[in-house]
Amino acid sequence: MYVAVKGGERAIAAAHGLLAEKRRGDTEVPELAVEQIDGQLSLAVDRVMSEGSLYDRRLAALAIKQARGDLIEAIFLLRAFRTTLPRFGASGPLDTGAMRVRRRISATYKDLPGGQVLGPTFDYTHRLLDFTLEAEGDVPPARTAPVSEGMMPRVADIIGGDDLIERNPPENPSRPIADLTREPIAFPADRDLRLQNLARGDEGFLLALGYSTQRGYGRTHPFVGEIRMGEVDVELFVEELGFAVPLGEITLTECQMVNQFAGSKTEPARFTRGYGLSFGHCERRAMSMSLVDRSLRADEFGEERKGPAQDEEFVLSHSDNVQATGFVEHLKLPHYVDFQAELALLRQMRQDLAQSTPAQEAAE
Amino acid sequence: MLAVTVRAKRAELETSLRQAWPDLVVTDLRPAESGLVMLRGRIGGDGAPFNLGEASMSRAAVALETGEIGYGHVLGRDVVMARLIAVVDALWQRPGDRPHLENEVLAPIRKRIAREQSTEQAKTAATRVDFFTLVRGED
Repeated sequence: MYVAVKGGERAIAAAHGLLAEKRRGDTEVPELAVEQIDGQLSLAVDRVMSEGSLYDRRLAALAIKQARGDLIEAIFLLRAFRTTLPRFGASGPLDTGAMRVRRRISATYKDLPGGQVLGPTFDYTHRLLDFTLEAEGDVPPARTAPVSEGMMPRVADIIGGDDLIERNPPENPSRPIADLTREPIAFPADRDLRLQNLARGDEGFLLALGYSTQRGYGRTHPFVGEIRMGEVDVELFVEELGFAVPLGEITLTECQMVNQFAGSKTEPARFTRGYGLSFGHCERRAMSMSLVDRSLRADEFGEERKGPAQDEEFVLSHSDNVQATGFVEHLKLPHYVDFQAELALLRQMRQDLAQSTPAQEAAE
Repeated sequence: MLAVTVRAKRAELETSLRQAWPDLVVTDLRPAESGLVMLRGRIGGDGAPFNLGEASMSRAAVALETGEIGYGHVLGRDVVMARLIAVVDALWQRPGDRPHLENEVLAPIRKRIAREQSTEQAKTAATRVDFFTLVRGED
């Protein structure tokens, strides 16, 4: 346990002044604008919004600047800011089927209705450092092509049409939707609560857990049914108006993981699903989330729980990096009294041993 | 109409409203304020809803001197933007002013959004991919 301490104000103020100077860096170099972070480090902004659980590009960019690029610190800042604002309500469920798609790929169907579009991706790059980026220069405009007006149905719906994949759980209006920002997590957790937890979970943690399922700690045999990224509309039902109004649009990444089948003597075998949804363009996080979502459903399919990714208490209790960093980093706060107590105990034990040993020797 | 205004840039609404209605008297029914909206997804894309995370939003309510009341709701923390949307909403309720509102304020924004979307779509279309499955040579 750490204890309250007094004093140190001057040193703390000086340390924060030094932090501000180091944050600014070399004053010969122009200062980084929040707009530059938003526009040019946009995937860092997406990650901070996702794990900060607050969609606001400008705030996330500001947090990254203030945190000197420490993304967990930036996420912490965003979470803290969030607590200062009232909540006006909840949006209608976002319709990813009506997404204005900027990227859509499938690892299960080569030719799918609406086709595959790569969009802005690191995939198929050679991962060679591009030294031309060290110099400032204009980027040639991206190529264009005629747009084909086709619908892009979700791939899972295509498989679902043949009843070869499990159906998603239907809405139950009489059951309130779990919200971990209002009620602490209780176990066993329902899937809505698990998904909310995973959606704001640490990407590294989710990635490692997802990877562990592939390596045998809770195999689910996954295929990427579809990944799509693009813009969806947000609507809010306004009580005083009596109808839903548009609020604007946000960018989302969705991953539909198709997993090995489950069935029984009475139920025909069907593919099972894992689902990942993230703010912004966060493909790795959406994929990892869908792997962990599926592995956490072990009990539902009567699978033996033997990997960490199948243990919901373990996963949901350790996914939040703000909580995790709080508990790990609190170790550096003054623990003087606790430590003194342990020191005294240690000395006492050693003294007891020293006193009893000569007596024993004498007895022998 | 609202779907257009929530995608407008603040300067677009500010400038066009000032030019088209220079003497408009607007009263705040409630001070414009910022807050949060919980965004919901659906399990698997079409299943039961779950809470995905929050977004910042702003809202405002205004009245014109002729009595029309307008509401503005928009993502983000720009309360001025929410108020401008509320003004457009109020003006929209004056039947006589609708054509003017459409032509002077909404149409240019609509055009700009359509242009941006079609550019983005055309760039996306250039990344359309056709994969070929290679036949493995194992006889």
